[in-house]
Amino acid sequence: MPKDHGIGASPKRREDVRFLTGSGNYTDDININGQAYVHFLRSDVAHGRLTNVDTSAAAGMPGVVRIFTGADFEGVGGLPCGWQVTDRHGEAMQEPPHPILAQGKVRHVGDPIAAVVADTPEQARDAAEAIDVDIEELPALIDMGSALADGATKVHDDLTSNLCYDWVLGETENAVVDKAFADAAHVTTLELRNNRLVANPMEPRVAAAEYNRGTEDYTLYTSSQNPHVIRLLMCAFVLGLPEHKVRVVAPDVGGGFGTKIFHYAEEAFCTFAAKACNRPVKWTASRSEAFMSDAHGRDHVTKIELALDADNNFTALRTNTMANMGAYLSTFSSSVPTWLHGTLMAGNYKTPVIQVNVKAVFTNTVPVDAYRGAGRPEATFQLERVIDKAAREVGADPIALRRQNFITEFPYDTPVALTYDTGDYNGTMDKLEAAADFAGFAARRADSAARGKLRGLGVNCYIEACGIAPSNIVGMLGARAGLYDAATVRVNATGSISVMVGAHSHGQGHETSFPQVVADMIGIDESQIEIVHGDTSKIPFGMGTYGSRSLAVCGSAMVKATEKVIAKAKKIAAHLMEVSDTDVELKDGQFSVAGTDKSVAWGDVTLTAYVPHNFPLEDIEPGLEETAFYDPANFTFPAGAYACEVEVDPETGKVTVERFAAADDFGNIVNPMIVDGQVHGGIGQGIGQALLENCVYDDDGQLLSASYMDYAMPRADDVPFYTVDHSSQTPCTHNPLGVKGCGEAGAIGSPPSVVNAVIDALHSGGHKVDHINMPMSPARVWAAINS
Amino acid sequence: MTNISMTVNGKTMSGEAEGRTLLSSFLRETLGLTGTHIGCDTGQCGACVVHVNGQSVKSCNMLAMEADGAEVATIEGQAAADGALNTIQAAFQEHHGLQCGFCTPGMVMSAAALLKDNPRPSEAEIRAYLSGNLCRCTGYHNIVKAIMAASGQDVGAIAAE
Repeated sequence: MPKDHGIGASPKRREDVRFLTGSGNYTDDININGQAYVHFLRSDVAHGRLTNVDTSAAAGMPGVVRIFTGADFEGVGGLPCGWQVTDRHGEAMQEPPHPILAQGKVRHVGDPIAAVVADTPEQARDAAEAIDVDIEELPALIDMGSALADGATKVHDDLTSNLCYDWVLGETENAVVDKAFADAAHVTTLELRNNRLVANPMEPRVAAAEYNRGTEDYTLYTSSQNPHVIRLLMCAFVLGLPEHKVRVVAPDVGGGFGTKIFHYAEEAFCTFAAKACNRPVKWTASRSEAFMSDAHGRDHVTKIELALDADNNFTALRTNTMANMGAYLSTFSSSVPTWLHGTLMAGNYKTPVIQVNVKAVFTNTVPVDAYRGAGRPEATFQLERVIDKAAREVGADPIALRRQNFITEFPYDTPVALTYDTGDYNGTMDKLEAAADFAGFAARRADSAARGKLRGLGVNCYIEACGIAPSNIVGMLGARAGLYDAATVRVNATGSISVMVGAHSHGQGHETSFPQVVADMIGIDESQIEIVHGDTSKIPFGMGTYGSRSLAVCGSAMVKATEKVIAKAKKIAAHLMEVSDTDVELKDGQFSVAGTDKSVAWGDVTLTAYVPHNFPLEDIEPGLEETAFYDPANFTFPAGAYACEVEVDPETGKVTVERFAAADDFGNIVNPMIVDGQVHGGIGQGIGQALLENCVYDDDGQLLSASYMDYAMPRADDVPFYTVDHSSQTPCTHNPLGVKGCGEAGAIGSPPSVVNAVIDALHSGGHKVDHINMPMSPARVWAAINS
Repeated sequence: MTNISMTVNGKTMSGEAEGRTLLSSFLRETLGLTGTHIGCDTGQCGACVVHVNGQSVKSCNMLAMEADGAEVATIEGQAAADGALNTIQAAFQEHHGLQCGFCTPGMVMSAAALLKDNPRPSEAEIRAYLSGNLCRCTGYHNIVKAIMAASGQDVGAIAAE
């Protein structure tokens, strides 16, 4: 009988009522009295010297309040990068400045040149068209190899080259790696791309700021995954504002997927301009603008080599990757191809020797940063594709080859810095085999063949590191921030509870799932508990929601704070029952003493806390409110096994996904319905990456995919129903809930199985294709068939 | 600037707008009905779907002036007067057919139009019908399930719980 409340239940979401009735409060829904609107004039060339920006004609146009250019931001800080990577020689990465409005040069199509503040959005746009800009075009560095070539034009004149860093992880002695490959019975090599993507949450970014001259307070409303991070970065590193005078509010956020983590120029601009113009200033991105200003994702070019011995054990792995940073370093960008990608190259396997080489490259493209999975999809894709290729080459079954190389003893120290706490990869694969009905595949393939279609089955595993992260570890690795989180549990006199949390749901349903945990611990009804999030004036300092961390890190803080509340409440109850607090138990909202009929209700204890007439004032203070900051002891390590079946039409190259099964080990689960939804969404995005999505620049750096006309988003008829199983559960060993997080798994684990399935389909039709780069569009598949 | 008047969710509403103002902006900015969302600028995402004179329309693809005198239904008018969710809304909540909620108004309005024309659509018909409504969060699984459930069809057999 499934639970209907508490941990493990799937109550209907509270968020839904307002979203279903059009009464959500997204940032563009917020209108501040007297607000002005800003429109950014953006570069339409990829690279050039900004020789003149003439705003004189625009300044006199109707409704214009003020026009800003880069000159207005001399002396103001630029947007910071939050992670300093040290290269293989022990040197710091090259770190160019990133001004709010372009100064001296423009470096990508979309780079903001000027900002027009006007009474209406239309007047701002109209005036922007009257700004005269002279740009002396420079060669555009688009291809990473070309950008790294000797003598290449530099994206940033003051850097020594377009190489941000050259980094290595794992076995740094080349001789050791070379020998392992020389001794191998078989080596499989694969060159592949992880295609550049645009996150495209359905809500475009919005920022609206106001400044109160009377109180000198700023308020910034922004569609962000982490309001406190924005406040800290903006105040300390960009605008030089006192933190205590700035309130950042992220209200309802319509999806994030990573791209709303970062501190963007528009946020700092609106805050700055609100004071400069003495009017609230609001900006809403159009979708086309989002394509050229939201951080992009992925964009790696990799060569991966896997060495096997005569018994098909993996003996060594070596990778060489060029990772695109784009024109500037976005907030987390430098960490994604290094500490979030290189560290996962062991995957689920015992490979003893691993070397990961990464060159991060500046190009004249939009900055690249974390997007759902952030480095782990890139790692998983290359590893699971080369394993699949190796299986074919050595004649091994792809599942058997994986199973024989699985890590089975935990904790496991990988050769690439991480220690996996626990897992059961064979058990999870067993769940996949049960869920995916492999036994029925042959018949389904015959049925497809009868209709002239090639059917393929692709399987892969994944592991990821999430629940980021232990602050001291990431600090050693170059992070400039901590990665703890926080919760304040504030009990009210009448027994209801407000939980102020540093995480910020943007679709994950925290308003529903977090109270389930607290309700379970205290034994009162979930409806008595509400969470408060998104407003820096109301919540303790948290690092926000991304990296599948909210429950693992913020949830743990919430548990710790609730434990403190319970401990204090027991003291109050003990006083009321005239017993020792060590004898007090709390169950189902009642404090009692075993073996007696003494009991007192939660509501009586909470009232006493705030009306302390009969209260141990000599021992404890009145009130019942506790805060906890939780710094995780380690990453968490969800892992899984996925299977995809596709049909390929050999005449057209069109691929359809017929079946998709996912078996995931997320440790303990709080709300199964929400977990399923997270996996569904991740798989949808992974199928999008594998078959449809591609962010494309031409050789001149023009963004060709700058709207939904040209960027193919997955639609309802591009995907099937998914079969998801999370019954394989090895609870996380190091957080109080035993949870591992689940938000990114679907996007990490799915692309390899889709590609593996297409390759399998083609082989079944006699087309011995080694690999097709994503997106596997009909044209690409057809070309592979016919080459 | 012209004065535009329409009946929205049964109530006469009016406001001033320029000739170039889209219906989506008019609803949101002039009439203050922010439940209709804007997710793109090329008429593809469907977050802005409303009903105009009984027809499902992308309000970003229509000038406000074209809706002068029309009967317009938006997401704000879908629940009952006492706030009770209608069948489609209730099914979306029951089956977790939304996560961030941004595409949801358009999804609900599109679903309503579909079920009016096709009271018991198949999975394939629903998926094809929704090709004008993008969702980034759900992978569409629970949206399709919710619409099937709202049409009275048994969704218990749908795999993946």
